[in-house]
Amino acid sequence: MTSPKASRLLLPAARLKETVSAGIRQQAARTLERRRLTPIVPPDSIAGRAMVLVIAIMTFLSCLTLGAVTLVRDTAAAWQTEIAREATIQIKPAEGLDMEGALGRARAVAASYRGVRGATIVDRAATARLLEPWLGPGLDIDELPVPRLVIVTIDPVERPDFAAMRAELAEAVPSAVLDDHRGWVDRLVAMARTTVTIGMAVLGLMLSATALTVIFATRGAMAGNGHVIEVLHFVGAEARFIAREFRRHFLIAGTRGAAAGGAAAVIVFVVFSWWSSRNVATPEGDQTAALFGNFSIGLSGYLGVALVVLLIAGLTAATSHFTVMAHLKRIET
Amino acid sequence: MIRFENVGLRYGMGPEVLRDVSFVLPERSFQFLSGPSGTGKTTLLRLLFLSLKPTRGLITIFGKDRSRITREELPHIRRRIGVVFQDFRLLDHMTTYENVALPLRVRGREEASYRADVVELLKWVGLGERMHVLPPVLSGGEKQRAAIARALIEQPRILLADEPTGNVDPQLARRLLRLLIELNRMGTAVVVATHDIGLMDQVDARRMVLSGGRLEIYD
Repeated sequence: MTSPKASRLLLPAARLKETVSAGIRQQAARTLERRRLTPIVPPDSIAGRAMVLVIAIMTFLSCLTLGAVTLVRDTAAAWQTEIAREATIQIKPAEGLDMEGALGRARAVAASYRGVRGATIVDRAATARLLEPWLGPGLDIDELPVPRLVIVTIDPVERPDFAAMRAELAEAVPSAVLDDHRGWVDRLVAMARTTVTIGMAVLGLMLSATALTVIFATRGAMAGNGHVIEVLHFVGAEARFIAREFRRHFLIAGTRGAAAGGAAAVIVFVVFSWWSSRNVATPEGDQTAALFGNFSIGLSGYLGVALVVLLIAGLTAATSHFTVMAHLKRIET
Repeated sequence: MIRFENVGLRYGMGPEVLRDVSFVLPERSFQFLSGPSGTGKTTLLRLLFLSLKPTRGLITIFGKDRSRITREELPHIRRRIGVVFQDFRLLDHMTTYENVALPLRVRGREEASYRADVVELLKWVGLGERMHVLPPVLSGGEKQRAAIARALIEQPRILLADEPTGNVDPQLARRLLRLLIELNRMGTAVVVATHDIGLMDQVDARRMVLSGGRLEIYD
């Protein structure tokens, strides 16, 4: 038995409980009312999930190719600039030639030209170090008729008139030979162009393969939705409504796959970039840096990846649009 | 309301499936369309539903010449024609309620504006307790009633039912027929395609019989 005092105490508690449960019931009713309608296009089937996976893989490979081409292009450009930034004056020893005087004259001639940032004589010690791998240490340079060098640093934007410089040098120092590295630069330019052209061709093939794969995967995923298109059509939905629903669904699915693939490719480049920056002073790192630069694809590379992702997502949406339209046309006839 | 004059139809270069078919479907009428399997019942229904164009002859629907109806106009005209398919054609990922509401949803109407109507119609066809169930869980008869409710939600002027009792037991067939008769009494014209003679005998209605691609009418 509950005492009257206890009853008085329990009554407000019971009322509170009732109020709370009524509130919960009302909330549940409101939630039911606000329950979101099921999307018109069915959620991803197995074919739909396979499509997202295929899109992710193909986007990853395309972005890797794009990044690699960007890397090769940037590295080739860097090589060209490095080599084109310097020229060399070589003075061959000759009977009765005052080598130091000739070096000074050659430097003065080179430095007098517009577009020359500086001219440095490679001194005896440095020349000896250059020859050390062939002639061994402790070389007395005066014992051998060794040619001497003047390094001319050039402004890559405003290159000096090498023909005039060559003619003036021939007059001032007859045994001087000016090498503007033109032969090297031309060969490098040709090689870089070939490499970039091959890279672009590979990228073109990769993007074509990606586009075709995305189209086929989307059509495969759409094949299971034929009945949905028919039902929507027969209940009086306009073609553009049906197309919009499918476009939206496949744009989201395509973006999901493409973004995942693009992000994976960016991670690969970031990881390699980090690895190469951590291995700057090691032989492996130096070798890799000599071949690929610093492994950073730069802003243009990242923008390219974003563009590929957008293009692939757009392609998925466009494919679903045209598949819907083709299906509707088939139903109508 | 709908008039066919010497209508003929062939698929591709094949023989004519329908030949010189002429009839009129008046407002508020009730008729059976019957005939052996493969004689063109479904084809005739597809012509009525504007999903096929005749290869010859003239079809007038709601005062419009079929050959002059553009693709853009089709959805608007189709909303005045309710169809119940033999295989129901319900979308399995949507609840019964959502399936029935689909014709209104595709027109861009807000759910709040039609919720009460859909619930009322579902109760009328006896699916009040099953509105939040997915179609794969429904029985054959329940699916059929859901399909009928979906065809009626836009209050069409004519209802076309393709073998509506084909997949149900005789008792349920009678109930579905009563539903269609009640609908007809409320003002909707009804065409029931069936080869169930027992079903036709229960109602004194016009019979359109297809045989060898030709149509004969018994008033």
